[in-house]
Amino acid sequence: MNIRSQISMVFHLDKCIGCHTCSIACKNIWTDRKGAEYMWWNNVETKPGTGYPTKWEDQDVFKGGWEKNGGSIKPRGNTSKFNALKNITFNPHLPTMDDYYEPWTYRYSDLFDSPEGDDQPTARPVSLVTGENIDLKAGPNWDDDLGGSPDYARQDVNLDKLSAQEQEAMFQLERLTWFYLPRICNHCLNPTCVASCPSAALYKRGEDGVVVLKQDRCRGWRMCVTACPYKKTYYNWATGKSEKCVLCYPRLEAGLAPACFHSCVGRIRYLGVMLYDADKIHAVACSEEKDLVDRQLDIYLDPFDPNVIKEATANGIADSTITAAQQSPVYKFVKQWGLGLPLHPEFRTIPNLFYVPPLLPTMGSVTDGIYDTTTKSFWGGIENSRQPMKYLASLFTAGDTQKVEAALKKLLAVKIHRRMETVGDLPAAEVTSTLQEADIDPRTADEIFHLTALAINEERFVIPPAHREEAMELVEATDDRKGNIGFGFIERPTRGL
Amino acid sequence: MNTSAIFFVALPYTALATLIIGVLYRYITLGFKLTSLSSQFLEGKVLFWGSQPFHWGILVVFLGHVAAFAIPSTVLAWNGEPWRLIILEVTLFAFAIAALFGLVVFIYRRITHSRIRSVTTKMDAVVYILLLIQIVTGLGIALLYNWGSSWFASSVTPYLRSIFVFNPQVDTVASMPFLVQLHIVTAFSIFGILPFTRLIHFMVFPLNYVWRSYQVVVWNWNPKKIRAESSYFPGKASTNN
Repeated sequence: MNIRSQISMVFHLDKCIGCHTCSIACKNIWTDRKGAEYMWWNNVETKPGTGYPTKWEDQDVFKGGWEKNGGSIKPRGNTSKFNALKNITFNPHLPTMDDYYEPWTYRYSDLFDSPEGDDQPTARPVSLVTGENIDLKAGPNWDDDLGGSPDYARQDVNLDKLSAQEQEAMFQLERLTWFYLPRICNHCLNPTCVASCPSAALYKRGEDGVVVLKQDRCRGWRMCVTACPYKKTYYNWATGKSEKCVLCYPRLEAGLAPACFHSCVGRIRYLGVMLYDADKIHAVACSEEKDLVDRQLDIYLDPFDPNVIKEATANGIADSTITAAQQSPVYKFVKQWGLGLPLHPEFRTIPNLFYVPPLLPTMGSVTDGIYDTTTKSFWGGIENSRQPMKYLASLFTAGDTQKVEAALKKLLAVKIHRRMETVGDLPAAEVTSTLQEADIDPRTADEIFHLTALAINEERFVIPPAHREEAMELVEATDDRKGNIGFGFIERPTRGL
Repeated sequence: MNTSAIFFVALPYTALATLIIGVLYRYITLGFKLTSLSSQFLEGKVLFWGSQPFHWGILVVFLGHVAAFAIPSTVLAWNGEPWRLIILEVTLFAFAIAALFGLVVFIYRRITHSRIRSVTTKMDAVVYILLLIQIVTGLGIALLYNWGSSWFASSVTPYLRSIFVFNPQVDTVASMPFLVQLHIVTAFSIFGILPFTRLIHFMVFPLNYVWRSYQVVVWNWNPKKIRAESSYFPGKASTNN
């Protein structure tokens, strides 16, 4: 066993209101620079939709992630190291700026400098790359709230798993629904971006598992952009270096949640430590597609298990980190309650960002042109969900609808249980049977409710201390300084010649 | 000091000194500035027709020159049979044509594509002009002065080697045709300015990717060691940065 700690995340999609505050918080801190304007380390997509960059999930085009290679796995794009070095002169699978969008601003001075005329002056859009006038054709969020559905939502790659009939049902006006999918870097356990970087500029931080890109080391070979199946590494066209989400590690080290987490209006985001067995990473990534989710969940260890605590301590994990792992909201959501599911586990990168799938029950149905709102049970069943299970399964479980259903059943049971607690207008038998069917007891339901609806900052973000007294070692050995000459010298007080 | 001393002694030594010091300085202190400066992200379709022929063309031609410099007797022995000489010359000529084609596409792309223009620097223009002169003179020499692979090995290699042993013998090159002299002068100029241009990217070709493991995990400190009392030793140099 080789126990390491990993900062993991949960996004509760039922709570996301699609306000994009997270994206703006991130943009203002990290990517408001020349060459980075087009980057959205955090972005919020409407599902069904094609996302950003357009159709990023289609790995037949973008060739991200890993694919099975007999008993093992290989990167899908540059299938071998030799291929990567051969393709260094021209990367055949690199998305270009047109797959994202050309960033622009407006020439606001036109509003003031225009000569007097019959019309109001307008501020022309100008490209932030070339400075020339451009016609806006697309942006990072062009299909927000199903805007332009025929062109965008119907192109969603996940719809491929649905029959034509099921697809049609999704887009009936009465059933029309969508949810938001906020995305950041998943800080994977088996990141393809790291594996694909010929210069070893990308690496995983041993202490907290954050995947970062060393700017001094990056040579702009841009293999990581192809390799990341989530398209969360970006090429800065001005500096000639790639960049990616750093999970606001300077904030994490100071005990603060990342900016996108902290600013989240819907409080959908949870962050905490997971302990995992690093020896199992390769085996898990190589498992059969249907086993990927279960085996990934197995890799995370129980932080209350005395044996795990012993092994973790022996491996140098601080007691404070183990305590944080025991209080981790991610552990509760993912391991204890089984509500969190990874996004596209079939990419085999073992992502550390889990999503609580959205509950979209039908409130009514149309029969013979009559809109009928009567349902047998209080909120209808999840089997009548407006979002086909197959669609959600394509996103979160590599096609296994049972796992999605199990999570949604629990969410519905919590709602029914709380309705009974607070209003008490439901038949007691229905409440009990729903809880039983969802396989949770009332106490767990209350806990889920608490962490979902009432939790304060300190419960949602359990950040282990970075041990800055030891983190000094990040920069230099503190004992280098001990007994040295005065202020500003890093020199041993040896006697001069 | 005569002109041949300037061009065939002073220039090479200046260029090589600048190359070595410049590359080391840039590698050590300006890591952030060391990149391929790829513009494929801004425009990928035309680039394919520039990048592939240019890079593979120039690589093979460069290796041909290195071979004639490093193992001249082997090259001469290979050229002993006329058909082998023809094969060698035609192959290298074809690759040089590919490089020229690629370079022309590069220049065309930089001029016509507005996105690419916005990431073009003055140094790019210098690089393109020098490379254009170099490839065109090289092709001209191959056409006008036959069987360069042989006379390079027998006449130019001794001169180049004399440079590296600090005993420059310029007599042979001083009497060579102007085109050949220009080719040599441009070659050293390219090496001289290399540290200050995007050309430096070939010096950091990531060969060690071949033998490193796929995943990279970096520890800021060894968590086991740092907590062990026995490892405390005042004044030791840090090993983690």
